[in-house]
Amino acid sequence: MNFALPMKHNRGKALVTHAVLMTYTLIALFPIFVVIINSFKTRKAIFNDPLALPTPETFSLVGFEEVLLRSEFGLFFSNSLIVSVVSIFFVLLFGAMIAWALTEYSFKGNMLIGILVAMGIMIPIRLGTVSILDLMSSLHLVNTLWALILVYIAQGLPLAVYILSEFIKQVPKELKEAARCDGVGEIKIFFTIIVPLIRPAMATVAVFTMIPIWNDLWFPLILAPSDGNQTITLGVQQFIGQYVTDWNSVLASLTLAIVPVLILYIIFSRQLIRGLTSGAVK
Amino acid sequence: MADVKLNNIKKSYGNVNILHGIDLDIKHGEFVVLVGASGCGKSTLLRLIAGLDEITEGELQIGSELVNDLPPAKRGVAMVFQSYALYPHMNVLKNMSYGLKIAGKDKAFIRKKVQQAAKTLHIDHLLERLPRELSGGQRQRVAIGRAIVRDPKVFLFDEPLSNLDAALRVQTRVEIGKLHQELGATIIYVTHDQTEAMTLGDKIVVMNQGRVEQCGTPLELYQHPITEFVAGFIGSPKMNFIAAKVQSIEADHLVLRLSNGAITKAFVDVTSCNLDDDVTLGIRPENLSEDSDLGERISASVSLVEQLGEASYLYLTLSDATEMVMRTSGESTTTIGETIDISFNAESAHVFNADGLALKRHRAGNTKSPAELARLKAIA
Repeated sequence: MNFALPMKHNRGKALVTHAVLMTYTLIALFPIFVVIINSFKTRKAIFNDPLALPTPETFSLVGFEEVLLRSEFGLFFSNSLIVSVVSIFFVLLFGAMIAWALTEYSFKGNMLIGILVAMGIMIPIRLGTVSILDLMSSLHLVNTLWALILVYIAQGLPLAVYILSEFIKQVPKELKEAARCDGVGEIKIFFTIIVPLIRPAMATVAVFTMIPIWNDLWFPLILAPSDGNQTITLGVQQFIGQYVTDWNSVLASLTLAIVPVLILYIIFSRQLIRGLTSGAVK
Repeated sequence: MADVKLNNIKKSYGNVNILHGIDLDIKHGEFVVLVGASGCGKSTLLRLIAGLDEITEGELQIGSELVNDLPPAKRGVAMVFQSYALYPHMNVLKNMSYGLKIAGKDKAFIRKKVQQAAKTLHIDHLLERLPRELSGGQRQRVAIGRAIVRDPKVFLFDEPLSNLDAALRVQTRVEIGKLHQELGATIIYVTHDQTEAMTLGDKIVVMNQGRVEQCGTPLELYQHPITEFVAGFIGSPKMNFIAAKVQSIEADHLVLRLSNGAITKAFVDVTSCNLDDDVTLGIRPENLSEDSDLGERISASVSLVEQLGEASYLYLTLSDATEMVMRTSGESTTTIGETIDISFNAESAHVFNADGLALKRHRAGNTKSPAELARLKAIA
């Protein structure tokens, strides 16, 4: 905690800053908090007082039972996990490789590729949904996880290239030259010198890439809506009916869906904080 | 044998010419120092020898093999960078052994090599540490160690001491000197520090604006600088220059009329001189005296005094506003505002013609290196 600042007016400033940030945090966490507490309550208690904590009388695991025992939650979950992990892996691999190529080597078309990548950040991929669907159906990939993985790689790459380029530029030129003097090949320089040094940046990119993929409803709905290939966000929809919504199950599955993102975040957070502040703090 | 031969080496980036044809002949085992002001192309030249930049024109031979198109690792050179460039995520052992591992040497061999180099450099207790856990001096040794283990034909040093503090710099400088004696390898060393150049080099190459200005032993450069630039660059504080006119030409010396009106002699080659030529008199601060009369006198007023303890530097102004520096005894009591008579020996004077080229001195002092002197004494 950095409250113990030496000067008085600094402390006042710190208090204001913290107050603003705390408020924002509360607002951001509130819906998640409501989802989690209500997932542990009976249906009646959810409607009676949505903001109350579960008490011994209202406590119920019926939602979790429903989700875990009587639905294909495991399948949805593993679909989401496969799609996310494979996409992140390739986004990081290709993103770092493209960033390295664009920053390290000057070749014909370098500038053009750079501009295309920048355009990828500015133009949302969803604008191309119709063509993507068209493409996927020609490739016979509709209703496969590969359709999602390919789209997510394309979606994640521009920002990944952008962030990683900035970090690769900061790797001192002498390090690469020292490696070249040591006789290390270019591909080996990339994997043994560059990648270890930009690991914090890669963690940042991993988190930024994972969250939109994990939460996405659009592409699963369009590209892989069939039973075996539903991701968790799509799977949850089956509990939401036109007339009756099984709130217990919806809230329980949402609560469960938070877990992997949280785990990933905890794993990467040490790296992440270093990544976001590196350069600013030496 | 690993002689390094540079034959009319040129380097340009686009239309900008950085090096305008460098010729150098470096013998096996020589310690060659490239010096010059920043931007003179000395680092560029080193990078060309290392193979980190492409040579635009000319030939580079290492050990009588043309290496223009060989990648750095195949040239048999090892470079020590100014910033050390240690791999931050590898410990000292891995930093030093990485090149050998890439070359596919077996583990026992690598271990032996690294241990040996670490012992020479007194870093054998640091092998498990990461670079960030080392001090500047230790990092420097690891960087040198990384170069040593590869058994290169030629070591390239790019301002290796400029990131160290003053005390460590002197210590490391001495160690690099010793290392050269031990390894007997060819070393090419870039620096802008003329003390490093004078103390380390068997041969110094003074560069200026992409050209070799002069190349010679340290004392040759000190005693016989062939241009005004070299004269100003070698020696600290730098040589004083006073505008002058040739008053009369004698058999073995010139008589000059300085810009402040003083008349002095200078023992230099007079063959290319004419009466009334514009020339520049050069005199080193350490050759000036305020106490004893060394023959050639100038009167000057003191504008600043720097007391260093063992010596004092007097900053002087002549009557025509020419600025001069002299080195005098640390016991000197001369202070600001005084007008004093300083003198120098006509034999220690340098004279440069209007093109900045030196007239050969007749009675210059010693130009022999310690090794040469030792040999001569042994014969006698």
